[in-house]
Amino acid sequence: MNWRLALSIAVTHLVTKKKQSLVAMMGVLFGISMFIVMISFMTGVNQFLEDMAMDNTPHIRIYNPVVVQPSTIIEKEETKIEAADWFVVRHQRPKNDLPKIKNAQYISDELEKLPGVVGVAPMLTSQVFFNNGPVQIPGNISGIDVKKQQLLFNLDRKMDEGSLDDLLKGNDVIIMGRGLANKVSVKVGDHVSVTTPEGYNLVLKVAGIFSYGISTLDDTKSYATLATVQKILQRDPSYVTDLNIKLVEMKSAKVFADGLKKQLPEVYMEDWEQANASILAGEKIRDVMTGVVSFTLLLVAGFGIYNIMNMNIINKMKDIAILKATGFQGKDITAIFLFQSLIIGILGGILGLGVGFLFSYLLSITPFPEGTFFRIATFPVNFLPEHYIMGVLFGFLTTLFAGYFPSRKASRIDPVRIIRG
Amino acid sequence: MDTILKASNIVKYFNEPEPFKVLDEVSFEVKKGEFLSIVGKSGCGKSTLLYILSTMDTDFTGTLEIKDKKLNGWKQNDLAKFRNENLGFVFQFHFLLPEFTALKNVMLPALKLGKYSKEEVESRAIEKLRMVGMDGFAKKLSNKLSGGQQQRVAIARALINDPAIIMGDEPTGNLDKANSVRVFEIFRQLSNENKQTIITVTHDTDFARGSDEMIEMQDGKIIRA
Repeated sequence: MNWRLALSIAVTHLVTKKKQSLVAMMGVLFGISMFIVMISFMTGVNQFLEDMAMDNTPHIRIYNPVVVQPSTIIEKEETKIEAADWFVVRHQRPKNDLPKIKNAQYISDELEKLPGVVGVAPMLTSQVFFNNGPVQIPGNISGIDVKKQQLLFNLDRKMDEGSLDDLLKGNDVIIMGRGLANKVSVKVGDHVSVTTPEGYNLVLKVAGIFSYGISTLDDTKSYATLATVQKILQRDPSYVTDLNIKLVEMKSAKVFADGLKKQLPEVYMEDWEQANASILAGEKIRDVMTGVVSFTLLLVAGFGIYNIMNMNIINKMKDIAILKATGFQGKDITAIFLFQSLIIGILGGILGLGVGFLFSYLLSITPFPEGTFFRIATFPVNFLPEHYIMGVLFGFLTTLFAGYFPSRKASRIDPVRIIRG
Repeated sequence: MDTILKASNIVKYFNEPEPFKVLDEVSFEVKKGEFLSIVGKSGCGKSTLLYILSTMDTDFTGTLEIKDKKLNGWKQNDLAKFRNENLGFVFQFHFLLPEFTALKNVMLPALKLGKYSKEEVESRAIEKLRMVGMDGFAKKLSNKLSGGQQQRVAIARALINDPAIIMGDEPTGNLDKANSVRVFEIFRQLSNENKQTIITVTHDTDFARGSDEMIEMQDGKIIRA
């Protein structure tokens, strides 16, 4: 088997039929470039939505949920006690248990010592009313450890006006979501009156406005220091309702939480996958879509090559016959035509990467339509080397398959039939 | 003289459109260096016989021996290799590869054989082209040559691997008188000087008369040897 000879014949064929080779190459080029654009954009969107959600979502959240009391013995059927003999309390209400995490400081310190944990941020969240004249606007306020919130959840990057550090300057300071601030009609520097469900009232100074780009958050959330919120709620300085854990490896959250549950049976844990089930589902759907569209694009390019190679072989029947008559074997013929389709595939694929990169780049600098909904300036596009490697690989494989069958056909041509006419 | 090709009891049927016996118990021998012409009317089976001798058509009964090798039952790939080394072909329609130069056309079978380096193959190819008087056109694309010139390049290609046997299927069939004479002279020279065996099928009576031996066929049988 003489590879170099087969290759040189293949190249000569391609070069003499420039137009046809170019058309075939364009098919691959479009297929691969669209694949690159699609996958870069789709993963960009996934990444963007995930980041948007994850900035606000701890990998694991530890909290005390409101639980209804477990059923009492007499409600169980096997007790067989006449109901009439007892006073039965129907429709039980939860006990006035505080949603406080006991020993929060200790748990937090211990958790931060564990490997794989970036940090633990304590939080105290309560529903409150913001008073706008006679109108009460419902919302909630979260007491945070400012430094940790900044470190773990990038809250400082969400600030539209003012700065997160202003929370630390002075007492009774608050930062509010943009939507909420609009509803209460306050600006930075204004004062806002806050009422708790228990009826306590406090006037806070607005130090900043933030927005997540998620309206449900921006319309309701506000932040203050832990101490401030404890003061509003009239609680002691150890009162914390949530511990938000950030891990080094996001994907390990579920396993980590399962392990933690054994050590801390008295509290509840929620990992980010539970909290963001809908985002994950959306991500899966987009992945499937990307896969299907990419596959179709490559399939179409493949059929293009298949057709062109078939035509090429019909045109080259005489040449194939003569090559076989002068001693070229079936596998030489296969190699000649397979090389042609591989050259088309590889060149088309590499050019496709370039064009795909160009289009992805153009998309990535295209301004995103203005809107308050998303906090985003341009279309989200990812530039990952593995997508480009995948593109070339797919191009190679598609052309290999598309070229193989016509090449096999060529190798089986009976020279006598062609030469004798 | 040694026998180089031996055909015994060759029988061949065409199945389409209906079974028809094209060759009926054909047997003959060819000696080394002999210049043999096969003649006969159209449809007498002479071309069919030639393609069986060429090893390209394997659908027949009887035995075929070339250079003391019995070739029945060989695989296609092995036969291709055998053709490459031992047989050269000249066809009626010149059948050069149109995308390649005359020189490259001549070189291809030798490059396939892989016995010589590329440089050696090139100098050998030029030598063969010189022999047929085509060395001046070596760098020309083959589809830019005239019919007679193409046929001479095709002969050079048939010679490149110094085959024991050169087969021609109406090599002068498509040429004018002057070119036909020229081709005949080349064949004559190959037989006389190089001791290469020539087997051609031809309609050209002058061509046949000038060869050493003549086989005449009719209705699938040899009627005169």
